[in-house]
Amino acid sequence: MTANRLAESLLALSQQEELADLPKDYLLSESEDEGDNDGERKHQKLLEAISSLDGKNRRKLAERSEASLKVSEFSVSSEGSGEKLVLADLLEPVKTSSSLATVKKQLSRVKSKKTVELPLNKEEIERIHREVAFNKTAQVLSKWDPVVLKNRQAEQLVFPLEKEEPAIAPIEHVLSGWKARTPLEQEIFNLLHKNKQPVTDPLLTPVEKASLRAMSLEEAKMRRAELQRARALQSYYEAKARREKKIKSKKYHKVVKKGKAKKALKEFEQLQKVNPTVALEEMEKIENARMMERMSLKHQNSGKWAKSKAIMAKYDLEARQAMQEQLSKNKELTQKLQVASESEEEEGGTEDVEELLVPDVVNEVQMNADGPNPWMLRSCTSDTKEAATQEDPEQLPELAAHEVSASGAEERPVAEEEILLREFEERQSLRKRSELNQDAEPASSQETKDSSSQEVLSELRALSQKLKEKHQSRKQKASSEGTVPQVQREEPAPEEEEPLLLQRPERVQTLEELEELGKEDCFQNKELPRPLLEGQQSERTPNNRPDAPKEKKEKEQLINLQNFLTTQSPSVRSLAVPTIIEELEDEEERNHRQMIKEAFAGDDVIRDFLKEKREAVEASKPKDVDLTLPGWGEWGGVGLKPSAKKRRQFLIKAPEGPPRKDKNLPNVIISEKRNIHAAAHQVQVLPYPFTHHRQFERTIQTPIGSTWNTQRAFQKLTTPKVVTKPGHIIKPIKAEDVGYQSSSRSDLPVIQRNPKRITTRHNKEEKL
Amino acid sequence: METAPKPGKDVPPKKDKLQTKRKKPRRYWEEETVPTTAGASPGPPRNKKNRELRPQRPKNAHILKKSRISKKPQVPKKPREWKNPESQSGLSGAQDPFPGPAPVPVEVVQKFCRIDKSRKLPHSKAKTRSRLEVAEAEEEETSIKAARSELLLAEEPGFLEGEDGEDTAKICQADIVEAVDIASAAKHFDLNLRQFGPYRLNYSRTGRHLAFGGRRGHVAALDWVTKKLMCEINVMEAVRDIRFLHSEALLAVAQNRWLHIYDNQGIELHCIRRCDRVTRLEFLPFHFLLATASETGFLTYLDVSVGKIVAALNARAGRLDVMSQNPYNAVIHLGHSNGTVSLWSPAMKEPLAKILCHRGGVRAVAVDSTGTYMATSGLDHQLKIFDLRGTYQPLSTRTLPHGAGHLAFSQRGLLVAGMGDVVNIWAGQGKASPPSLEQPYLTHRLSGPVHGLQFCPFEDVLGVGHTGGITSMLVPGASEPNFDGLESNPYRSRKQRQEWEVKALLEKVPAELICLDPRALAEVDVISLEQGKKEQIERLGYDPQAKAPFQPKPKQKGRSSTASLVKRKRKVMDEEHRDKVRQSLQQQHHKEAKAKPTGARPSALDRFVR
Repeated sequence: MTANRLAESLLALSQQEELADLPKDYLLSESEDEGDNDGERKHQKLLEAISSLDGKNRRKLAERSEASLKVSEFSVSSEGSGEKLVLADLLEPVKTSSSLATVKKQLSRVKSKKTVELPLNKEEIERIHREVAFNKTAQVLSKWDPVVLKNRQAEQLVFPLEKEEPAIAPIEHVLSGWKARTPLEQEIFNLLHKNKQPVTDPLLTPVEKASLRAMSLEEAKMRRAELQRARALQSYYEAKARREKKIKSKKYHKVVKKGKAKKALKEFEQLQKVNPTVALEEMEKIENARMMERMSLKHQNSGKWAKSKAIMAKYDLEARQAMQEQLSKNKELTQKLQVASESEEEEGGTEDVEELLVPDVVNEVQMNADGPNPWMLRSCTSDTKEAATQEDPEQLPELAAHEVSASGAEERPVAEEEILLREFEERQSLRKRSELNQDAEPASSQETKDSSSQEVLSELRALSQKLKEKHQSRKQKASSEGTVPQVQREEPAPEEEEPLLLQRPERVQTLEELEELGKEDCFQNKELPRPLLEGQQSERTPNNRPDAPKEKKEKEQLINLQNFLTTQSPSVRSLAVPTIIEELEDEEERNHRQMIKEAFAGDDVIRDFLKEKREAVEASKPKDVDLTLPGWGEWGGVGLKPSAKKRRQFLIKAPEGPPRKDKNLPNVIISEKRNIHAAAHQVQVLPYPFTHHRQFERTIQTPIGSTWNTQRAFQKLTTPKVVTKPGHIIKPIKAEDVGYQSSSRSDLPVIQRNPKRITTRHNKEEKL
Repeated sequence: METAPKPGKDVPPKKDKLQTKRKKPRRYWEEETVPTTAGASPGPPRNKKNRELRPQRPKNAHILKKSRISKKPQVPKKPREWKNPESQSGLSGAQDPFPGPAPVPVEVVQKFCRIDKSRKLPHSKAKTRSRLEVAEAEEEETSIKAARSELLLAEEPGFLEGEDGEDTAKICQADIVEAVDIASAAKHFDLNLRQFGPYRLNYSRTGRHLAFGGRRGHVAALDWVTKKLMCEINVMEAVRDIRFLHSEALLAVAQNRWLHIYDNQGIELHCIRRCDRVTRLEFLPFHFLLATASETGFLTYLDVSVGKIVAALNARAGRLDVMSQNPYNAVIHLGHSNGTVSLWSPAMKEPLAKILCHRGGVRAVAVDSTGTYMATSGLDHQLKIFDLRGTYQPLSTRTLPHGAGHLAFSQRGLLVAGMGDVVNIWAGQGKASPPSLEQPYLTHRLSGPVHGLQFCPFEDVLGVGHTGGITSMLVPGASEPNFDGLESNPYRSRKQRQEWEVKALLEKVPAELICLDPRALAEVDVISLEQGKKEQIERLGYDPQAKAPFQPKPKQKGRSSTASLVKRKRKVMDEEHRDKVRQSLQQQHHKEAKAKPTGARPSALDRFVR
């Protein structure tokens, strides 16, 4: 180890020295002394290094620190030469002698050799080994994942795993001396014999058997591997082609093309020699391709001519024009055909292309604004406003152009906006004409254009402002108009309500009104009109008067209840009327009714019930907690109550519970209390994979008992998860059991290769 | 409790044990040695009940039609998997005209489905979803199996149809008796017992036995089909009510002072003094509870399996003399003099619900077997049918000339009302529909005012107790034609009864589980779940189920600077916040939309209004 390190340091040193050589030469002339000192130190170091090479500590040589001209034969110093010692220098004197060539060679080899990496320490090596082993093992074991998953998801597992294949043996094999006896059997065998089907021994013909055993597992696997390889190759090829296609380098493509052309030429020449007719055809093909290339203007800009023209265009007007021509031609050819309406508006020469960029909205809006539909106008103007604000100054001329084209077409409605617009457009058209004129002149004046466009812009802005104001005012008007009808619309409602509100206190005094109201919000499911019993009305009125008008809801309930209970239902038509009544029917009935009336004159069932319900509702409401302490922060004593503010401050309001189940059922009180005894039997913890109680509830909704299911279903629902056959050894699962071929040896290669290490690791873990 | 109709598990009549000398089983292809046996090949005759009331109908055709018409794309049929298609056509080469399993009609399958798929579930993870899918697949499979086994319910309910336009109510008992077979005709009888006053009566759960008690102390029990008297005693005290306990061997009699229990020999087994002045009795068979309503206003639950009083509830409504049970959820309905009906469970000290039904006092209450409808009659001469599925609103109301004093529902939903000395029976359209009160199905006049009514289970028979004795009248289509042989078998032997008794006791339902919606027991107790969560959070100091705050993933190439991490975090936070705001806005919007009354619809001319 130490030797190694030493050698390394030595080499490093020598290299450093070599590197330092060059600058040192320059420096030497200037500061020789320094260089000397430096060299000496290094030399000393080298010596030390060499001396310690063989491991043993040599007797140290006496060092000479003072300057001397004496040269010791033991210690070599470079003092005299005044140069730095290099490895090559050592060998310089021996250069001539051929006997030392081997040593020289060795030295050069040492020089050329790279440093050997320091071996890692033991722990690190072990860690790496472990990591690799873990990865390998994990990979090997990962093939079991599907099996494990399958077993986990399986409804039932039967152990031991391997099952004996039920041997399908024909009955003739199983039972010797079996004979067809029943008429059915006899008939069947007659048929079989007639058709010459195999009856007894080979129940299946050899062909059938072969087809049954058509493909073994190995074969299938091999075939699959083949297919896989083919697919992989194809995909590689495709990927390669794609990659090559993607390469943007023109040079590359040029080279490729040239290579192809060369190849084609060679082949063509060969063909000429071998088969001239085919070669002719080939020739034609090549010619065709060239023609196609020329005809298509594919490389209009990249051609030699085009390039030269581009260079010339800077200085030469003609060249520029030629280039422009070519470009325009190209554009003409490459452009898509435009729709007629748009093309007719295109007037400017160079601005045509730009014009296409103008959003369609502008056109649309204009068209709509011109259109005869007044109902669409409002929305359109707002649109124009938006469009106008959004438009760039460049696009304005186009807008103007549209308007010019449109202005001659038809008359406008006499709206103010329209007048404004028209003014603007006229101005625009004038300007446009002048612009066109300017355009016609060869020297286009940029400044005027700019100024004109700015003018247009400012004007348009002003217009848009005006439009905006107009629009807003109109909007307001509209809104005011809108609100008025709303108010008017709403007014009748208060008028309707008002009487009700006014009536409310006295309303219930007369029951006729109440009855009317009851009719109004009578349940819809009541098909039959249910008038109140006349006789009872007068009796009931005093009782029914509610204390305060605010109990509106209860009143409604009351009304509903009234309706619900006091309606006269159609009497049943019965063939046999009870005998006793039959005799004195009318009289009896009348008497009976009278009796009932008298009996129930005093007590009001409905009122009692409502009262009870109100109490129940109150009782079930969550109570507020009052934490006020009288006397704190203020005077206390008998007859003094804490202030309202304080009470408000210390009152903890209970959260409002869920709505009662009988909220909308006037005739029912449903207890909101929880049945704690039953709740003890309910599930209180959600089992693992479920996150919401409803999910779990769905899985337990089907009963599994035999009371609710057929026997088969019951058995299936209650099958045990794991079934073991008694008296059988359950062996651990093997790769062969699940269709893997790998032997157990290759299963865990790493573990078996270095079992010791693993075991030691296990031991460590155990210790921990 | 909820029970699904099960295939009739008829127990074949026992063969004589002496005869069982093992003979070699004779095959059909062997020579017929004994010609007489061939004729008698169809097995022992099935227990025939009075289904002969209906005209013979080609049953097979009906079933065939059913199975062919059924168009059920939903019901998945597992196609048979054949390895090679040639084998489908067998050796003979004939094709199976109906390949695959037989189709099952959707409606029948729907009947057995219990998962309410209309309720939306919150979004679930893949693992949960797979569990849900498994549950749903299981439900479907089991319901299909159950639907298939409906085929085994061979018996069909009887019915009575008038000739075109003829009112069935005009058909009197004598006509019916004439039309039916002798065995069924024997089920119509009158017991003239004028001496011991108006009678109350009760059929046992199997419908085989009848017990009746007269006001003046006459108590008797008999096997009414064979008319074999089991016991007849006079308790020398006024008898208010009489009821069989879980089997026909025990008999509870509410006498003037106390409640007494007799066995079928008439021997007094118990005198329960804690239940005094009992007016009405009800027995809850699955809970083994005897509910008694007393003059003192107490509703007492007595567990007859252990002899303990489970609960004594004060109804605070005076004398109780109207009581019935809801067979679906074992809730007791009490009628009160203030026109209300209150619903009780032994687990709660106060009524589960109170329904205002009549202006006058309630005279009679009855609940149908599915627990969907309740019929009440009051002193205001009205007969009402209420919906018990949450709304408690009357579905139909009729005024009777003389209010009904007694009401009873049959197993198939027929309603009988006793008014004076007349009984009226109303029938609905189908099994699950309420009886329509438009027209009575049958009427019958008795020799005295009615005092007790009950339909006999599994027989088309109505028993009426009145001052003149007992009348058993035929009501075609009243009860369930198919019985569950393991649950309530009318033909069971003593041994079978003992077996059943043990099983029933093992499956006894605790009294505290009685509640309005028994399906609620299969739900998670949300309140304690949330409370437990809260406690856990308090204990741990943090919420273990809380969503972990977003932690941006470290990225390379200098994009994982602290600033960019913070920026990314902020982005996610902002997005969440925006979502929240959006949701709350939406909710507000919804609320406003709901609150806003929909005024007059906007007309097309509105656009012209400026």
